[in-house]
Order: sequence, then structure tokens, then C-alpha cells
Amino acid sequence: MDPIFIILIILLGFTLIFVISTYNILVRVRNQVRNAWSQIDVQLKRRYDLIPNLVEMVKDYMEYEQETLQRVIEARNQAIDASGVKEQGAAENMLTGALRQLFALVENYPDLKANQNVLSLQEELTSTENKISFSRQHYNDMVMTFNTRIEQFPANIIAGMFNFGQQDFFEIESTEREVPKVDLR
Amino acid sequence: MSQGMDKGAAAEKTLGGFYSHISGNKRKSIFLVFLFTLGVAGFGWLVGEAWMEQGLGFLGIFGVFAIVYSLVAYYAGSKMVLGVSKAKQIHKKEDPELWNVIEELCLAGGLPMPQVYVIDDTAPNAFATGRDPEHGVVAITTGLRQKLTRDELQGVMAHELSHIRFYDIRLQTLIGVLVGLTALLADIFFRGLFWGRRGGRRGGNREGNGILLILAIVAAIVAPIAARILQFSISRKREYLADAGAVQLTRYPQGLADALKKISGDKEVLEVANRATQHLYIVNPIKSFEDRAKKLFSTHPAINERISRLSSM
Repeated sequence: MDPIFIILIILLGFTLIFVISTYNILVRVRNQVRNAWSQIDVQLKRRYDLIPNLVEMVKDYMEYEQETLQRVIEARNQAIDASGVKEQGAAENMLTGALRQLFALVENYPDLKANQNVLSLQEELTSTENKISFSRQHYNDMVMTFNTRIEQFPANIIAGMFNFGQQDFFEIESTEREVPKVDLR
Repeated sequence: MSQGMDKGAAAEKTLGGFYSHISGNKRKSIFLVFLFTLGVAGFGWLVGEAWMEQGLGFLGIFGVFAIVYSLVAYYAGSKMVLGVSKAKQIHKKEDPELWNVIEELCLAGGLPMPQVYVIDDTAPNAFATGRDPEHGVVAITTGLRQKLTRDELQGVMAHELSHIRFYDIRLQTLIGVLVGLTALLADIFFRGLFWGRRGGRRGGNREGNGILLILAIVAAIVAPIAARILQFSISRKREYLADAGAVQLTRYPQGLADALKKISGDKEVLEVANRATQHLYIVNPIKSFEDRAKKLFSTHPAINERISRLSSM
């Protein structure tokens, strides 16, 4: 056989292996990005679920704070109904603000502050707030990894061939990073 | 958010090629097991030749033992370390805040939830162990747990989780278990030497055996020292990396810096730490004023240096 022919076959083999492995890596990272996105939803849903419990628990004590409680409930429902990233972000911001206010008010009620159930629910909500922002942070980290990968040579050729497009970052207002830190002391 | 991005970028810069650190840890783990097996088998040959002229037989026995022990160290090393440290496993209901802090960080890093252990000791310290992120373990003393605010606790746990995700735990646990055994073996050998001498068992062939016996004694002295130097050489850079990894997760260097300040200001002594496990901890559990410290090379970088690096992120 012609040696040039053999060399060509070997080169073709290497190219094929490169294409397949790069493609598989890109698919894996893209799935990590998607998974990171769905983690945010899990945490948001968890917050929606926790809020009615909290309101139910504190409403008897906080007779004079009905307005604040109402605002929390409304903000929650709005956040659930919101569609689109922008609207959702605004609604979540409002909910965070309302919750922060509620936690601040709890400080005025010694009975509530001493109530173990309220305390543990408060801890869960604080943690869920953190989880929301951390899962967003992780999503953005994954998007950055993915976007860098598909821009780098030679993976960008494979990305172009198979339509791996840039993924969007999750952008939020700076105020939301400051999640309510509930200090119980 | 933009501030968070900056902190992340600063940490990222320090981390630089942490992928190469991970593969370095995996490679070193294999190399360590190889070296350990070779060393123990060679030691077996020396002892066998010196005492019974059965070098190859002893080489085989010691070699097989070393391989079996390495496997045990790989799969059960974390359990051994936790046992030595008298750590107890906890779940969410025992300490919801600690559990939540760890869960939050796992989301930040896309990591599986590790097992959580508590050591009932007032000395403030923490460590991570396991063989990979799927089998990760974090442990914290009750002393440290009670001292820290939520932010500081987050910093410490992020540091430990970074040891897990960088595969420091695999190498560190192997070193702990294998170094521990090397010291133990040397100890047994010296005792055997002592008993053998006193019994005065055999006559003949003294000259040839004499040299080998000296070699064996040298090996017994050198092995633990070599093990210690190994432990020392792998210890320091990883602490800086884990600190940077922690900031990459929390985007809040101050938390970890404050925690380190609190820990370093404490003069209490962690009794359950020993020479084989000291390199696992977030700060060196063996204080410089202790007698135990005298024989040691330091396994940790200075806390002040770590704090100033954190402050510059």
C-alpha cells in the first residue's frame, strides 16, 4: 500500500478521536450548566414552600404586623407567578426584602425569639437564601467554564460545527447579594 | 454581585492550575503506595537476611502485607483516621446550622454532600478526609464549632471542602495511615531487636549478618524520617490552595481569615492529634510549646502568612 495513504488514514483516525472526545466534553459541560440552572429552581421552590409555614407559625404572635405578613405572602405568590428572567429577578428581590423585614420584626417578640420551631424555620430560610445565591454563583461559574471552552482553539471548531452557543449569565442587582443575615444574639 | 465576581477572580488567579494540583495529588498517591510497598518489602528482605537468611521469603510476605495494607488504607483510611481522632458522625438534626452551611457550600462548588463528624474536644480545629469527593468527610471539634460565627464557620468548611475537591484528602489520608504504620513497624522492629539480643538465639555467620543487621537498623531509623519528610513536603502549598479554593466558594475571604485568627489565638491542645494525623488539620494541632513539637518538621505554613494572603484577595 502507498505509505502516504497509510499516513492519511492515521491522521484521519486521530482527527476523528479528537472530534469525538471534544464533542463529548462539550456535551458534559453543557449538561453541568443545565443541571446548575435546575438547582436554582430547586432552592427557589424550597423557599416558596417554607414561607407559608413561617407565616402560619408567627401570625398569632404578630397580630399588629399583618401588613408585613401580607406583603411576604404577596411577594411569594408574585414570585411563583413571575415569568421571564427579568420579572422573576424583580419578584425574588421583593420577596427577599419582605422576608428581611419580617425577620427584623421577629426580634421585637421575645416569645418568638425563644420559640424553637420559629428559630429552626428561620435557620432553614436563611440557609435557603444562601443556597439560592450559591447555586446562582455555581451556575455562573459553570457558564464561564463552558463559554471559555467553546471559545478556545481548537474546541471552537467543534463547537461551531455542532452549534454549541454561548450560555447566558445570571445577572442580579447588587442588593440581592446581601442576603438577610439574621443575627440571633 | 460584581464584588463577588472580583473575589472569585482573585481566588481563581491564586488557584491557577488547580487541575494540575488534582492530577498531581492522584499521581503522588499512586507513587506513595508504590514507594511504601517497595520500602516495606525491601525492609522485609533486610530483616529476613539478617536474622534468618530468608530474604526472599520475607520480601514476599512484607510485600504482600504492604499491598493489602495500602488497599485497606485507600478504602478504610478515613475510618481509621476518624477512629484515631475519636470523631462521631452527626446528621442534620444534631446541628442544623453546621449541616446547612456545608450544604450551601456544596451547592456553590457542585459537590456531593460529605459525611459530617464532630470531635468532642475544646481545642479548635477541623480536618477533611476520604478518598474522593464521593467519599468525603469533614470533621470539626466542638471547641471550634462553638467559637465561630456563621460566616467564619462557612470559611472553615469551605477550606475543608476544597481539600476534598482538590483530592488533597486522598494523598493526606494515605500519608497519615502509611506514615503511622511505618513508625509502628520501626517500633516493633526495635523491640524485636531488643528481644533477639537478650535471647541470644543463634551463633554462627556473624560477620555477614552483622552488616545486614546494621543495614536493617539503619532502614528502621531512616524509614520514619523519610516518611516524615514526605509528610512535610506535601503539606504546605496545599493549605494556601485550599484557602484560595475556600474563597472561590464563599467569595468572602474575611470569614476564613477571622476564623484563622480565632484558632491561632487559642492555646488549647488537641489531645487526639498525633504525628500521623497532624498534617490533616486546618491549623497544626501540635503547638510549638509542646514537647511533641520538638521532634517535628512543621507541616503547616504560618497562619499570619495565610491571613495576609486572604486579606489581599
